[in-house]
Amino acid sequence: MPATKTAYAPPAWLQALPFAGVFALFFVVPLLFVVMVSFWDYNDYSIIPSFTTRSYVETFEGCYDQLPELCTILRTYLSTVKFCLIVWALTLVIGFTIAYFLAFHVRTVTMQMTLALVCTIPFWTSNVIRMISWVPLLGRNGLVNSALINVGLINEPIEWLLFSQFSVVLAFVHLFTFFMVIPIFNSMARIDKRLLEAAYDAGASGWQTLWNVVIPLAKPGIVIGSIFVVTIVMGDFITVGVMGGQQIASAGKIIETRLNALQFPPAAANAVILLAITLLIITALNRFVDIRKEL
Amino acid sequence: MTKRTKDTTGLSRRAVLKGAGAAAGLAAGSGAITGFPAVWSQEPKVLRYLGTAVNQSDDITKKVKADTGITIEYISATTDDVTKRVITQPNSFDVLDTEYFSLKKLVPSGNILAMDATKIKQFDNITPVFTKGQLPNGKVIGDQGTAPKKVMFVEGANSTKFASGVTQWVTLIPTVYNADTLGIRPDLIKRPIESWKELLNPEFKGKASILNIPSIGIMDAAMVVEASGLYKYPDKGNMTRAEIDMTMKVLTEAKKSGQFRAFWKDFNESVNLMSSGETVIQSMWSPAVTAVRTKGIACTFQPLKEGYRSWASGFCLSKSVTGRKAELAYEFVNWFLSGWAGAYLNRQGYYSAVLPTAKANMEPYEWAYWMEGKPAEKDIKAPDGSLLEKAGASRDGGSYDDRMGNVACWNAVMDENDYMVRKWNEFIAA
Repeated sequence: MPATKTAYAPPAWLQALPFAGVFALFFVVPLLFVVMVSFWDYNDYSIIPSFTTRSYVETFEGCYDQLPELCTILRTYLSTVKFCLIVWALTLVIGFTIAYFLAFHVRTVTMQMTLALVCTIPFWTSNVIRMISWVPLLGRNGLVNSALINVGLINEPIEWLLFSQFSVVLAFVHLFTFFMVIPIFNSMARIDKRLLEAAYDAGASGWQTLWNVVIPLAKPGIVIGSIFVVTIVMGDFITVGVMGGQQIASAGKIIETRLNALQFPPAAANAVILLAITLLIITALNRFVDIRKEL
Repeated sequence: MTKRTKDTTGLSRRAVLKGAGAAAGLAAGSGAITGFPAVWSQEPKVLRYLGTAVNQSDDITKKVKADTGITIEYISATTDDVTKRVITQPNSFDVLDTEYFSLKKLVPSGNILAMDATKIKQFDNITPVFTKGQLPNGKVIGDQGTAPKKVMFVEGANSTKFASGVTQWVTLIPTVYNADTLGIRPDLIKRPIESWKELLNPEFKGKASILNIPSIGIMDAAMVVEASGLYKYPDKGNMTRAEIDMTMKVLTEAKKSGQFRAFWKDFNESVNLMSSGETVIQSMWSPAVTAVRTKGIACTFQPLKEGYRSWASGFCLSKSVTGRKAELAYEFVNWFLSGWAGAYLNRQGYYSAVLPTAKANMEPYEWAYWMEGKPAEKDIKAPDGSLLEKAGASRDGGSYDDRMGNVACWNAVMDENDYMVRKWNEFIAA
């Protein structure tokens, strides 16, 4: 934080104080509680404030002695990270394309804003309704299967359209591409159009301009969008649950199952682990771009 | 049962208040209230009622208000959330409506008060299913799992220890219970289903489902294991670690081979899976079967030779309830057992805890259909007046004695619950 040099202005830390206070009270303190509880003991109906690593030990149960078979927690994170990568790659390509179209092919700002708002349509209904509506579309007797059968492409309905990894990825991409579009669009809108003309004048092809001019300048947007998508997918258990027919593991689901069984310390321990892994991924992403500098 | 989110979930406080107000107005207008000024000078009679949606309905609040002047404020949550709330916020409710199997967590916490049996007018008429684990005709029924008689009494007014015999202090005054089994689509299966083992029959690969609640899902699996003759549990509702491992292995193999289409947790999900044909055989609740049928889709709540998995729920008080509030709560519980509510629940396919008063509030043909398993003399209507069954139909599983008499086990919390939950996460990740 730069020190204030003017005598009459209130000190910078005073300006930051209200938000820092809110942040400390509603984020830092609860987070510390979570870490603390993760080291407590528990029984069927209460948490016992005595230090133990039981929750962590039991969470990583079998991770060493079951090798080469993977233990529950590794298997779960492997599955979660896999979804993360697939969804990230898909939303990035689709989101970038949409943002590019919005930023460089749509001429008027009004139209740009209108189309950006259209991207929010998936959020117009509630989560549950949206999930349930996939059944008539992708289900065994759903629209897609009936159409394919009527056209004569298949004889038997395709089972993996719903309650499968495919449907989980589909729902994620459907929901979260928006979180890629907006930051990337924001970065692209700030690109000086003269740079593109200069590239063209210097004889760069369309792809060369894209690769050497647009993508580097859109990088902050790409990273911010990636952080959104990665953190949401890492912590999600509702989409994975509903679209995966509750048969696909996710880090969030472990926490939910533990909470529902009133086992708060293991739930807290799993939350700490999830937080640590997500922070690692974010740190890695930050290696590519210094967001603070770029903003 | 857990999270019986019927279609009554959209019950807002506004609707309740509006309904209650209308009922009060009606009562006043009809002369039922003959004008005692003292009534109005008292503070309002309000009870905060925490529970799952199963016993909560607009009709009941209206009737309570009209009969007793008590305003019921519903707090609806899933079974898991009800338990969480009792443990973490015991002052946020007055009356608790919960299931017997959660008592193993709630009673030791000391956050709920046992009820005094001597203040419950109909206590001696409560069906012996609860107090003794037998039918009114004396037949002893299955008591594996958390059977109500095991957790129904505590040793004293403020005790947190379950009593082995009958005492004056009741953990839950029972209200409603039922026997659960598999729901099937007879039009798609096209052959008789008689045993729990059909749930994991490869014939229904990709078309079966169980509840996504570990403690209930594992018991359904245990019914399958026993039905296939693999193993006979001393107590399905209280397994040893080795038994949990073995049962989970059976479930895991079924999951890996793609037996299950999806697991469900919400009432509407189960209806949706069944009516869309995604599943043809699944663990189900009675009103969900009815909901599928009212869409014109064939669905049977199939009685099976190994018996039913049963559940029960009832009332107790928050530890913060004292004095006049406690009197109100007792008045409300007594009203609940006095017949109107019992008849209301019976008409939904559940069973009332006090049968004689419920019977007095039902038409003889209704009683014959719901309780005696006889073919309906007239069309059977739901409490809201919609048609459930045409004349001539009879109830799946037959009479009360046939259904409750074949209970094999009760929803349970095991001693090894912690281990089981860990194994469940392993099962999901497999």
